[in-house]
Amino acid sequence: MSAHEEGYDEWLDALQAGNGHALVCPERHGSLPPRRVCPTCGATTLSREPLPETGTLETFSVVHVPAPSFAGDTPYVTAIASFGPVRLTGVLRGVDPSAIGGGEDGRIDDGADVDVGTRVSAGVETRDGAADRVVVFHPIGDDTE
Amino acid sequence: MTEVRVAGVGLTRFGSHPDRTGRDLFATAAERAFADAEVPRADVARLNYGNFIGALAEQQGHQAPLMAEAAGIHAPATRYESACASAGVAVREAVRTIRAGDADVVLAGGMERMTNLETPAVTEGLAMAADDLFEVRAGVTFPGAYALLARLYFEEHGGTRRDLAHIAAKNHANAVPNEYAQFREPISVQDALEAPPVADPLHLYDACPITDGASAIVFVSESYAVDNDIDAPVTVTGAGQGSDRLALADRADLTRTPAAIDAAETAYDAAGIEPEDVDVAEVHDCFTIAEVLAIESLGLAEPGAGIAAARDGVTTADGDCPVNLSGGLKAKGHPVGATGGSQIVEVTRLLRGDHPNSEHVPDARVGVAHNAGGTVASAVVHVLEVAR
Repeated sequence: MSAHEEGYDEWLDALQAGNGHALVCPERHGSLPPRRVCPTCGATTLSREPLPETGTLETFSVVHVPAPSFAGDTPYVTAIASFGPVRLTGVLRGVDPSAIGGGEDGRIDDGADVDVGTRVSAGVETRDGAADRVVVFHPIGDDTE
Repeated sequence: MTEVRVAGVGLTRFGSHPDRTGRDLFATAAERAFADAEVPRADVARLNYGNFIGALAEQQGHQAPLMAEAAGIHAPATRYESACASAGVAVREAVRTIRAGDADVVLAGGMERMTNLETPAVTEGLAMAADDLFEVRAGVTFPGAYALLARLYFEEHGGTRRDLAHIAAKNHANAVPNEYAQFREPISVQDALEAPPVADPLHLYDACPITDGASAIVFVSESYAVDNDIDAPVTVTGAGQGSDRLALADRADLTRTPAAIDAAETAYDAAGIEPEDVDVAEVHDCFTIAEVLAIESLGLAEPGAGIAAARDGVTTADGDCPVNLSGGLKAKGHPVGATGGSQIVEVTRLLRGDHPNSEHVPDARVGVAHNAGGTVASAVVHVLEVAR
């Protein structure tokens, strides 16, 4: 396990427990901890707001050449999803990476169960043999969670 | 304000030199720059040196004084680190120093040694340019991050893997005559389409290689050039830099690169030019999609139109505005801490008429260099012009 990262680890703990949250400034700019000020406008008053239960997949990629710490997961789907005032970056689970992309047009196969705009939930996964926990997304309706 | 002239440029051959130390690579580039400049080493007032993962690749920190030694100069030396934009930042500070009247001669450039590491270690090293907590721990690799940008670009503007393959084929074709390039073999669009995937929709030929190499440039003030009868026909007329949020997910717009837009605007304003004045450009194509985003941020293509520029022949060697006549990072190679300097070297050679691809731009007077760090959380743009 990596050294404790104050703020970040507590945020992961909360997301893992189903209490994911974002920091929001009076101008409604969202950010993730640890933060002392709003990174967008410098406001010093940040309040905690619960993340919506579902987010929207904005973009994703099937990774075939991984970082060493993800070698056992390859291929895996890296993704960015929006959850209210923030976007999260994580690994998309519950989909078949082999059904995504590969074609010349770079589009998603009609048979794939995921695309930009797919509704997802967010959680935290502990991986076998890996030091760090990872943020994960599951398509809504996926029961492998 | 003092004008800044390019007095001399030097490069190592880009490629695989696993047995050559970083200090030896930089010494070679610097030696060539001094030979080209005909400026005495004793006149150098400072070294601005770019490097990204030297502490990992050679267990060597504090590299700038070491590189000053290797170059045979005795002057204050500083290492600049902005990931793949390290040398671009080092060059910009050299330009600012001379413009401010603080120095007449500055050596700038950079070096990266990479092929002595195994590919997983390089992947891990390059990923250090991303947000450790929110991206690296979530499995984001450097190709993976650009793949996320490519998917969204396709979604918003259209475009296909075939369009990206045209960029790869163009840059490989441009590298064939370049004596400094890592890959000097042409590839076809079909070759690029059939290559194995790295991070879908990006495949092997969408990605730049792992490269060793160094770049060096001797910059002088106009008054120094005149007083010492230095032949320095290229002027740096504009320099701009921009920054953005480190993590992709925190960016306002994932299909644009505002740091580069800001850098270009500053550089163009200083030079008094418009995008249509640009005759030739070297841009940061670490991945094919990055060239698309780069030419849009430079105003060489409208947002959404950059994807078709290579396919339609606008940016090819015989197009209206050739992009990456050197072969780009894609085919010339990408020793990350040296790249921003090597772009200045290539634009200078193209404008002077002594580049093997100068024949494609015989009347070029204005050149632009675009250097990006990470997923463009850092960007540097320089405008170079044939001195009037």
